[in-house]
Amino acid sequence: MSGQTLYDKLWNQHLVKQRDDGTALIYIDRQLLHEVTSPQAFEGLRLANRKPWRLDANLATPDHNVPTTIKERAEGNSGIKDPVSLIQVQTLDDNCLEYGIEEFKINDPRQGIVHVVGPEQGATLPGMTVVCGDSHTATHGAFGALAHGIGTSEVEHVMATQCLLAQKMKNMQVRVEGTLGLGVTAKDVVLAIIGKIGTAGGTGYAIEFAGSAIASLSMEGRMTVCNMAIEAGARVGLIAVDETTIDYLAKRPFAPTAEQWEAAVADWRNLVSDVDAEFDKVVTLQAEEIEPQVSWGTSPEMVTGISGQVPDPSAALDETVQRSHTRALEYMGLHANQKITDIKLDKIFIGSCTNSRIEDLREAAKVAKGNKVADSIKLAMVVPGSGLVKRQAEAEGLDKIFIEAGFEWREPGCSMCLAMNADKLGAGEHCASTSNRNFEGRQGYGGRTHLVSPAMAAAAAIAGHFVDVRSLPANDATHAQEA
Amino acid sequence: MKKFERFEGVVAPLDRANVDTDLIIPKQFLKSIKRTGFGVNLFDELRYLDEGQPGQDCSQRPLNPDFVLNQPRFKGAEVLLARRNFGCGSSREHAPWALEDFGFKVVIAPSFADIFYNNSFKNGILLITFPEDVIDRLFAEVEANEGYQLDVDLENQRVIAPSGEILEFEVDEFRKHCLLEGLDDIGLTLKDEDAIRAFEQKHKTARPWLFRQSA
Repeated sequence: MSGQTLYDKLWNQHLVKQRDDGTALIYIDRQLLHEVTSPQAFEGLRLANRKPWRLDANLATPDHNVPTTIKERAEGNSGIKDPVSLIQVQTLDDNCLEYGIEEFKINDPRQGIVHVVGPEQGATLPGMTVVCGDSHTATHGAFGALAHGIGTSEVEHVMATQCLLAQKMKNMQVRVEGTLGLGVTAKDVVLAIIGKIGTAGGTGYAIEFAGSAIASLSMEGRMTVCNMAIEAGARVGLIAVDETTIDYLAKRPFAPTAEQWEAAVADWRNLVSDVDAEFDKVVTLQAEEIEPQVSWGTSPEMVTGISGQVPDPSAALDETVQRSHTRALEYMGLHANQKITDIKLDKIFIGSCTNSRIEDLREAAKVAKGNKVADSIKLAMVVPGSGLVKRQAEAEGLDKIFIEAGFEWREPGCSMCLAMNADKLGAGEHCASTSNRNFEGRQGYGGRTHLVSPAMAAAAAIAGHFVDVRSLPANDATHAQEA
Repeated sequence: MKKFERFEGVVAPLDRANVDTDLIIPKQFLKSIKRTGFGVNLFDELRYLDEGQPGQDCSQRPLNPDFVLNQPRFKGAEVLLARRNFGCGSSREHAPWALEDFGFKVVIAPSFADIFYNNSFKNGILLITFPEDVIDRLFAEVEANEGYQLDVDLENQRVIAPSGEILEFEVDEFRKHCLLEGLDDIGLTLKDEDAIRAFEQKHKTARPWLFRQSA
């Protein structure tokens, strides 16, 4: 019999019951809640007269709707000008209070994007099952946790039963071997992976990211990679536990301490795929071949290297792809064979659950330092992932670097990743964005999103168009491993 | 949840791959704390010529005459025919809520995104997959025949075309059962309450750090 994959191990450790019809009950250790996908779940509990199964498994924070401007945030919930957004945030506060669920409210320094807050607090631990009503929950897989994005009915199901009704997925391994070039980051790696396997390439699979280039990434970098597993169609992204994981978690508020820490670490060391484990599919990329990536279309798979160009739709072999590419170019206002470096930007967004952690801000700041945002850029904003990331960045003086360069320094939240608050693109505006989705209208009605790494976004802000971050003076170029 | 019964319904074709959940229901409508009322904003950016706002009277908005759901021949459609990777993107359950509220009972496509697939069945929407060549043929038939309807028979896992042709489909037993009976799966899971408690106890003994509260 062959060995187990990391996914197999996590699945087996949480299997409550396997049913004859192929579905299973999986025990959930942690549920993260935010204001957008939870109100209807709480309402469902109330209507059915049910109580949450285990309160201490839940942790909540508002993130999608919160304003990021400093003036509005100082006013707490009453700084939310949109009455509909306000009701949603207030409803989360009310529900958490009513049921006794721990919540980091709008102006708690620990507030932030759920996928930044969970790991930062040690509320995400290796060997956990983690769920959240948000598809980017895959992020937490970076810790060797089995993390699923779920819908609101499932949020209610987990609250009421502490279980998720699931079917076992297939195993895929994506190996990235070798050494990443200078200026090539985790974001470029995951965009290159999506470019290779496509937005549906991982559908039905749990993807484990492995190989020497993945192992060399920091926890921040690993979270960036797992975060975008869903953009390759996979609900679950995973990375094996190693010293980097363990070092990151030591002394986090929710992490175990003393003897329990020792026992936990010993257990976590088993959270790797066995050497003889078999995967249903294996994909390999060579790190040296990955260059800084830029998305040109309206799906994350529509991506290419900075030295590349916008493809010619007529060159696509498949008719459906031809139509998609034609439609994407029309929406994006680009033409076939246009050089990526010729794409001019209107706005710059550095933030989101993909790239708003301290390392991301350091990389962007290195590029911004001593430079000025181009006059043609209408707005360049940096939105830290949490209040604690913001404090850390300020302690390192990163805020000053950004402000001096002409960036706006904001309060934490999801912000312009999906533009549910006031931060959005105008119709036709091009944005270099460190977020995860370039769908039509995602960052604002008619807005045009280009997905890039934090260093590439900062470089684009200064040049006014995309530039190869590797061509900047040596001290400006960044590397994931250096941070 | 209502029981899913056999029906014959008009088919509307949405000829576009990778239809994401932002396209199905744009984010500004996610601010509602209700489960209903999303139908008027289904495919908002394709359907209307202006930018939609929550709470707006949509009957006064300019319609995009080219969009399939605005064409009289597809009025009252209950079956949506779509392309590959339908429902990709976010986990927002507002996407199936909007489809259901609009009146769709079934979506047929070559493939669906995972989270959307789960969310749809939990809201009584049946998702059917057929191979690409069958989908291509259905698109052609819908295009050629005004008032084209399909007879959807979940019990026997088949779709019957106007020509009498029978197309069989796969669906997992549990989801089929829940849809046919209109079952609430929380109630079903709670029947295993003892098994969950027993597991929880064992799990806590083996890995107590997973049950630790905030410091």
